Amino acid sequence: MVNEVIIQTIDLNCCFEKNCVLKSLNIDVYKNEILGVIGPANSGKSTFLRALNRLNYLDPSYSQTGEIIFEGKDIGILPDSILRRKIGIVFAMPQVLPVSIFNNVAYGPKVHDVKDKNRLEEIVETSLQKAHLWEEVKDRLDMPAMKLSGGQQQRLCLARTLAVEPDIILYDEPCSGLDPISTAKVEDTMQQLKENYTQILVTNNTKQAARVSGRCAFFLMGDLVEIDDTDTLFTNPRDGRTNDYITGRFG
Amino acid sequence: MSAAQKRQTAAFFILGFATMLVVIPIILTMAYVVFKGIGAVNWSFLTEAPRNGMKEGGIFPAIVGTIILIIGTMIFSLPLGVLAAIYLVEYAKDNFFTRLIKLSVVNLSGVPSIVYGLFGFGLFVLFLRLGTSILAGSLTLAIMSLPVIITATKEALESVPASFREISLSLGATKWQTIRNCVLPYSIPGILTGTVLSLSRAAGETAPILFTVAAFYLPRLPHSVFDQAMALSYHLYAIATQVPNIPPKISFATAFVLIALVFLMNLGSIILRARFRKKKLW
Repeated sequence: MVNEVIIQTIDLNCCFEKNCVLKSLNIDVYKNEILGVIGPANSGKSTFLRALNRLNYLDPSYSQTGEIIFEGKDIGILPDSILRRKIGIVFAMPQVLPVSIFNNVAYGPKVHDVKDKNRLEEIVETSLQKAHLWEEVKDRLDMPAMKLSGGQQQRLCLARTLAVEPDIILYDEPCSGLDPISTAKVEDTMQQLKENYTQILVTNNTKQAARVSGRCAFFLMGDLVEIDDTDTLFTNPRDGRTNDYITGRFG
Repeated sequence: MSAAQKRQTAAFFILGFATMLVVIPIILTMAYVVFKGIGAVNWSFLTEAPRNGMKEGGIFPAIVGTIILIIGTMIFSLPLGVLAAIYLVEYAKDNFFTRLIKLSVVNLSGVPSIVYGLFGFGLFVLFLRLGTSILAGSLTLAIMSLPVIITATKEALESVPASFREISLSLGATKWQTIRNCVLPYSIPGILTGTVLSLSRAAGETAPILFTVAAFYLPRLPHSVFDQAMALSYHLYAIATQVPNIPPKISFATAFVLIALVFLMNLGSIILRARFRKKKLW
């Protein structure tokens, strides 16, 4: 099977002020894969994610050179609002808006001009089902989202991202604040979304990357050290630094 | 008692003493005004025009004048101030020019009100030929209120967690949609507080309206926004210092009404704020 590249970076450099946290990164992401991204703190993992949907530019000191090609075109030609709709993100700590469960999920569709109430209800239901939260909240959609548990909030965030029908979902350490059971639920959900979505999972938890991802990339100090099938990377890494990291010798 | 506990007791005493030093004069002033003035406040005092060189009759035109001025000030200053603050916080690039503007806004709130009065007189009354009018007075008071409204709105906007903006933008909302849906609703309590504080100050100021709107003795209601008007603050100044043989209880009653008006405004904003607080869930 030939893997179709959905998004790739070419000589991507990402800098804040003069501090370049990603250096000439070349990476291909295949359609409908789960790509794990591991590496110690300050290795540029999150910056890589946030470069893909241009969230880095919220920091005025950010600058970037190189290209990011999404479905054959440079992402620079897309307006932010369209790009971010196609490339959604789930943040590290569950970040819900201080409104009801329903309105959290409906927020995205609403800003994209879905006004019909029935259509909104439909989107909210399917999104919550995909995120495996529907059964737990279907009777209390008007409840403030902040009253949900951490794991539920994170699945709500995922539902909120799914509601705008993205092609790619970015996860920025999605389980760092969650207990093992909630983590397992989020991981299950990711597996089931594999058929229809490309997913990139940045994680500090190497075991999680090993469990969930099909391919895995190891970042260190702004360099992509190695990228390979997850099995190969974890059992037979080519680079000594990868081996040191996954065996827990540093990081 | 250990040394640390002694120091703690001493610190509590000093802090409590400082608080009392602030609170007691306020309570005494209020109590004095209420005590001396409330006897003269009755229905006819509130609803009748002054008579006999202000020595008799009521203060109705001054009450109406002050309320009109507050409304006029709000109409000019609130939208402008909030919009300017939104621009400064959300859109303006952080450079030397922006920092200069922000610093100037803060400094402008400390400018003495007589300076605003003279500025308003020069710009609105003379240059723009609005004459001594409600319009000129409202505009002058609005300019005086703007720095406080801008500063309060700026702080309210900045206190909304950055994550709200990030969530909204990451879902593909535009910047304006983000401000409209995820920032403004949560900064309304702060904006309200700042607005009411500055409008309360505007209601009580004499200097800015001295040359721009205030009528010394005009025992009727204004006909239009181009008319002069009496105002409580200036009326109080006039009867307390400019007209001999005014019964003191009339002065105190006028002061009482002015304080009550400001108090009602603050009460209104507290109730509104409490309503919005219920929605604040973080």
